Amino acid sequence: MTQPLLSVEDLTIRFNTDEGLVTAVDDVSFDIAQGEVMGLVGESGSGKSVTAKSIMRLNAGNTRYDPVSRIMINLPDRNVDVLALRRDRDLRVVRGGAVSMIFQEPMASFAPAITVGQQMVEQLLIHTSMSKAEARNLSIEMLDRVGIPDASKRFGQYAFEFSGGMRQRAMIAMALSTRPRLLIADEPTTALDVTIQAQVVDLMKDLVREFGMAILFITHDLGVIAQTADKVAVMYLGRIVEKGTVRQVIKTPAHPYTLGLINALPKLNDLEAELTPVPGDIPSPLDRPAGCVFHTRCPVAIKGRCSSEVPNYTALSGGREVACHLVEEQVKEGVSL
Amino acid sequence: MSRPVIEAVDLSVRYRIGSGLLGGRSYLNAVDRVSVSIGRGSFYGLVGESGSGKTTLGRALLRAAPITEGSVIYQDDEVRYDLRNLSAQDLKDYRKRAQLIFQDPYAALSPRMTVRDIIAEPLEVMGLTRSREETDARVREIAAKCRLNLEHLRRFPHAFSGGQRQRISIARALVSRPRFVVADESVAALDVSIQADVLNLLQAIQQEMGISFLFISHDLSVVAHVCDHVAVMYLGQLVETAPTAELFSRPRHPYTSALLSAIPSLDPDDQGNAEKLEGEIPSPTNPPPGCKFHTRCRFARDACRLETPALRELSAGHFAACHFAEEFDFRREHGHQTSPVNAGV
Ligand SMILES: Nc1ncnc2c1ncn2[C@@H]1O[C@H](COP(=O)(O)OP(=O)(O)O)[C@@H](O)[C@H]1O
Ligand SMILES: Nc1ncnc2c1ncn2[C@@H]1O[C@H](COP(=O)(O)OP(=O)(O)O)[C@@H](O)[C@H]1O
Ligand code: SF4
Ligand SMILES: [Mg+2]
Ligand SMILES: [Mg+2]
Repeated sequence: MTQPLLSVEDLTIRFNTDEGLVTAVDDVSFDIAQGEVMGLVGESGSGKSVTAKSIMRLNAGNTRYDPVSRIMINLPDRNVDVLALRRDRDLRVVRGGAVSMIFQEPMASFAPAITVGQQMVEQLLIHTSMSKAEARNLSIEMLDRVGIPDASKRFGQYAFEFSGGMRQRAMIAMALSTRPRLLIADEPTTALDVTIQAQVVDLMKDLVREFGMAILFITHDLGVIAQTADKVAVMYLGRIVEKGTVRQVIKTPAHPYTLGLINALPKLNDLEAELTPVPGDIPSPLDRPAGCVFHTRCPVAIKGRCSSEVPNYTALSGGREVACHLVEEQVKEGVSL
Repeated sequence: MSRPVIEAVDLSVRYRIGSGLLGGRSYLNAVDRVSVSIGRGSFYGLVGESGSGKTTLGRALLRAAPITEGSVIYQDDEVRYDLRNLSAQDLKDYRKRAQLIFQDPYAALSPRMTVRDIIAEPLEVMGLTRSREETDARVREIAAKCRLNLEHLRRFPHAFSGGQRQRISIARALVSRPRFVVADESVAALDVSIQADVLNLLQAIQQEMGISFLFISHDLSVVAHVCDHVAVMYLGQLVETAPTAELFSRPRHPYTSALLSAIPSLDPDDQGNAEKLEGEIPSPTNPPPGCKFHTRCRFARDACRLETPALRELSAGHFAACHFAEEFDFRREHGHQTSPVNAGV
């Protein structure tokens, strides 16, 4: 079997804080193949951004990776053990080289004091062997490719002179100009109007086809996942509770949390349907529930067991995995899921 | 529709945005000749892209944004106010009848006050209660309606989750027993699993207390579920208003139709079917002539660039402002929309 482009194994991330050690990501594993789009969904605070940043080693100084955690980027010429990288120049491969990232707030990607073009060129000079003139040409070509009108004029402007939608496009152009193998997109459409979101989603789909890169697409919007991703992992309080193909997870959710999320969504094809909230509130990461992290809100929790025992992943058909005691029991009893 | 609680006619809110170098002034019509009638007990939705003027319209109806032109009449069983002609006394009274629920509960709540004091503040500021006992009783009553208990009232807001904080700001907005409430993006900052809870709460309260709501949201699926009427706003103007089911099943304006098809479908098999709206909303400082939507409209003809289409009633309660509203058939099927029938000019 060929190696996946990215493999995250047993990733556990704790933060050293005034209130003690806080677990933000708990034993998370997933793979992304070359050219594959994986969605990562979950509520705010579930650990999506922390997981993403660990792939680029962008987490803050108080971060503690568990010694067993491993993140591998498997490139044609070498395999990079990301958490073992130490020197700045070794880290370049995951910071704009083989891996790039785009964010919800594009201004975070742009240095305020230099033009968009200057920044794109500088980045290309660091990560490629291009000449300045080549870098300039490619940058303008990329700005044009992402649908920015009058790209050579825009090249000489500052990000604050761009409209919101154009900034988002420029950020994508910059992230892709170095031809990364993996693009991490952290809520890139969350702050946008649906109309602009649809444009950005379309653009990203086209670019995946054209560039053949893989994407880790983080969002809390299951609709966006349904429209972009091949597979999806659902996170809750630092744990992946369910992962599988988009079709499996959205059409036949198996974990009670995934099911709860989908029932809570207002759906346009049934305006009369009641909205069913997931009961209760998300616990603070400072007091993560023992056992299954979801048991405090789970309507079908098994008394005694779910509150004390951490569920293992149960494999369902088609490669789906679900961390739930009930699912495990149902599978044992021969219920087909 | 029942008698209106709010009736605006040709309402405009104009802001002066700096003066030009040569002494010329420029203006921006954040709300541009809007006529809208919100029925008593209605849950009235207002949608549109950001910058379309939703917040400004909501604030003008609360007399919290300057009304430059037009009229707004507020009426309930006790009073009738012309918002452009309110005495200081009347304005004070209007403030307790018409309230705003903020978008961001974090920003809206003072960290140093207990939840009890946060909810009680409007009562004290408006002098609505005569004793601490009376204030406490009112606070407890509204807190219970918003599913906050006595234990919660003693704590500070930072100890609460997003959903609970939003319930606190709802309780604060409702404690003066308003008749008309503007909820501006009240669930936008909440996670889906919590959002449904706050929406259900707003609906229950609306029915129980008979309040009329103007529910502003950029999320059409949310509006579809909670509102009985919807108005669609674009560059300061209403382009379509209709009963909710009607608007969603038979949009009569190309903008509404485009907004609807931009919502990402939960069905992975719908991939790529949606009709995309190109470009971005133009700046209100320099709005396009004719139909303001013509620069992005795939049905635009010459007439659209020259003449402003009137907002007119197409069927009972269904209004749209498109030159071809009578001719188009925008029925949406699986994210597709059909072409205009006989739309030549
Ligand atoms: N540097 C840090 N120190 C302490 N806690 C942190 C730090 N960075 C993130 N966290 C915490 O980790 C948890 C997960 O955060 P995040 O990954 O940003 O969530 P998401 O992206 O899913 O909304 C949160 O509780 C957050 O407060
Ligand atoms: N106080 C103000 N002064 C000048 N312009 C304003 C002011 N308030 C709003 N605007 C402008 O009016 C337009 C409508 O804004 P707003 O009502 O906030 O729209 P929405 O709520 O639909 O996003 C925007 O272009 C905004 O910049
Ligand atoms: S009036 Fe013309 S430009 Fe405006 S929405 Fe209708 S067809 Fe489009
Ligand atoms: Mg995040
Ligand atoms: Mg607004």
